[in-house]
This record gives sequence, structure tokens and C-alpha cells, in this order.
Amino acid sequence: MTETLYQYTVPAAAHWSLRIRRGTTLRLTDVEGGANLGMMLYNPEDLLEKYNAPDTLKCQHTFKLTQGNCLYSDMGRIFCSITEDSFGWHDTVCGTANKAMVQKKWGEKNYQSAHNEWHQNGYDSFLVELAKYGLNGKDLASNLNLFSKVVVDNEGNLSLDAKHIKAGANISLRFEMDTLVILHTCPHPLNSEAAYPYKPVHCELMTTPPMPEDDYCLNFCPENRRGFENNRLYHFFR
Amino acid sequence: MIQESTLEAADAVFRQTVPAGDYFLKVIAAGQTLRILDLEGNQAADTLFYNANDVSERYSSMDTIREQGNIYLTAGSKLMSNLGNEMLVIVADTCGRHDTLGGACATESNSVRYDLEKRCMHACRDSWMLAIAEHEELGFTKRDITHNINFFMNVPVTAQGGLTFEDGISAPGKYVEMNAAMDVIVVISNCPQLNNPCNGYNPTPVEVLIWN
Repeated sequence: MTETLYQYTVPAAAHWSLRIRRGTTLRLTDVEGGANLGMMLYNPEDLLEKYNAPDTLKCQHTFKLTQGNCLYSDMGRIFCSITEDSFGWHDTVCGTANKAMVQKKWGEKNYQSAHNEWHQNGYDSFLVELAKYGLNGKDLASNLNLFSKVVVDNEGNLSLDAKHIKAGANISLRFEMDTLVILHTCPHPLNSEAAYPYKPVHCELMTTPPMPEDDYCLNFCPENRRGFENNRLYHFFR
Repeated sequence: MIQESTLEAADAVFRQTVPAGDYFLKVIAAGQTLRILDLEGNQAADTLFYNANDVSERYSSMDTIREQGNIYLTAGSKLMSNLGNEMLVIVADTCGRHDTLGGACATESNSVRYDLEKRCMHACRDSWMLAIAEHEELGFTKRDITHNINFFMNVPVTAQGGLTFEDGISAPGKYVEMNAAMDVIVVISNCPQLNNPCNGYNPTPVEVLIWN
């Protein structure tokens, strides 16, 4: 049985951060379809430990993130596991768009002229939230871009699959250690829509039942079992 | 893309061999050309770059691959910073493809990827930790160690979203050469990895050459 602890819809072009306790699940929903959720993960007790995209991809032999995958820190530990995913393919290599890119693509619409309908960018959004914890751009690394499917062809060319949109698509992240989550709802850097896409994301925090031995993420690959063992040791030695 | 260099080794103003498992750290001035030479083949040179005048500006793998729209690096690739500036351009490449997705090996990730008992084995991130500890004048900490380029490494992505570490496509004498667009600090960990085919399970030396 799971119990909803808190719900909140992050409006489009906004940012937020929260510390999520181990044993809590964050379910994210692309309410309208076409959203992008930029996300970075940090250890609140050691802010130098952060989400590491290369380690996450190479230890699970994958370029896409979906159900069964775990999101790793640079210290060989698992911040959270993707326990459910109706979207199927999330990006973690394209980074986030900055002010210059957003202006070039969609024109300037600043806070003074448009208030909350401005063309906010993901990079500045990250900087704002990071600063609240004493962090800055030096602490950024490759972030997650949830609800954005980025594909690669045989020659290595990269593109956002604009047709892969599912209104109501959701992904559940089960937190395996206390984690500082930094997020924004600004457009993906490869988004080529004619107009700046304003898309909200619904967040639901839920209690999580204890992980069974036949858990899908735990058994997804032998690497994940060793990642969970690193988490066990981390909690044991704390 | 295979592109031969026009430079002669005899004209280089600097040459140094970097053994496997060691790091290399040096400032390259704007306009200088840096060559990394794979002496015995199948080696991986895990490389980071920083703006020598403001180290908070550094090589960014995500900005680089996004701006060129391609995940592989070769002749013509512009190596971009986290601030969207061009740091170096690859001007010659006899290997044809280099990786910037796979990151560096670390003792911690080795414990996940191979075996918990492999934690003790030397890894690129440890070489960087020694580099920043031995160069306090740069003010680097672990915060400054970011996602790197793996020169000579082949990490193909499939259309289905798979990622594999393939046997290297490099060979003895292959090289990659880049021209610095700004003063940069180059930090190389010459990979000591013994557990995967990125260097043929046999870490070997590379040579660094610099021309004015």
C-alpha cells in the first residue's frame, strides 16, 4: 500500500528543489504531453556527490533511461530507481538550454514584459536553485531531461523525437538514499517548436513499500545489485 | 573523418611521454596545437580542458555534442565550454572517432561495473584527484572534475538506445590533434583500466606534442 504525502503541479518555465527522503517515491506526470523536466541530483550531506550520467549509462549499457534503470552518483551509489515508466525513453546527454539559445530560438520575452509567461531557460533555473544550497554552475553536470526522447543514428547524429509525446505519461522514481532534487520545467535544448512550449509537470510524493528480493530494478542487471550493495554499505557506515 | 596532420614531430616545441596510470597537466596557449599520440594502440586518453584564465569555464561534453548535433568527436569537431564558447577545434585525426559520453573510470564505478572487490584498482578519477592535490595553485577541487573526452575510445550508441564499449579503433601511431582557441589547461588521465576492452586490457603510454 502506498500513501500520497504531497502533490504539486510545477507550472511551465518554473524551477523547484526539494530534499527527498530515502524510501519515498516521486511520481512525475507530463500532464498535457510535450513537457521536459530538467533534473539534477545531489547528496544533501555531501554536495560534492552528484548525479553522474556517464556512470549511469555505461554501467547499465544503455543510452536511454527507462523502467529498471537506476540513477547513479559519481560515488557508485544509487540516488533513485525508475520503478515505473509509461514514457519509455528519457534523455540525459543533451544538457539544458541557456538564455542565448532560448532567445535565438523563441525571441526574448523577459520577466519585466511577461511576468510568469516569460521565456525562462533551464540553465538559469538550475543556477537559481543551486545557489540556495551554496552551489553554482561548477556543480552542474549532465542533467536528466525527463519526457524527452533523444535518438542517435548510425553516424552518431542526435535528434529529439518530437512525435514521441504522451499526455499523461508518468515516471516513478523510488529514492534509495536521501537526495537533493533540483528541477525545472523549461524546454529541452533540442526542442524545435515554433512557439516556446509551456508545459507543466505534476509531482506526487508517495510512501514506498520495502523493496522485495525480486524487485525489477534490483535485478535489472548485475551492476544494479552491486550498486544497491554500495548503498547498503553507505547506510551501514553512517 | 580521417584527416592527416601537416605538422612534423621534429618541429614540436614540447614532447612528453605519459605512462598509463599517470596524469598530464599543462597550459596550452591560444593558437598552439596539441597532439595526443597513441604510441602502442588501443589506449584511452581521458581528457579535461579548462579556460586557463578562468577555470570555472571548462570543457562540457553535453554542450559539445548538442551544439555539433553528434555524439562522436573527430576532425572538425569544436570542443565547447559550459559557457558555450569554443575552446579547441580538432584539426587532424587519424583514428576517426572519439568518445565523450562514457566518462572516466573511477574506483567507485568500477565496484558497480565489474566487482565490489575491484574498488582497489587504479582508475582515471584517482589520477585526477592526485592531479588536483599536487596542483593546489590552480584551486581545483573535486567540484571541478567534470565529464571528459575519451580520446581513441569507441562507444557506439544503437538506434534502439543501447550503449556498448567496443574494442578500440585506434592503432599504434594514430593521433588526434587540436588547435586551442583560448588559453587552456589540459588535464589528461592516461587510463589504467584493466577491466574492459577500451584499451585492449593493456594500458600503454601516450605521447603529448605541442606546436606553436
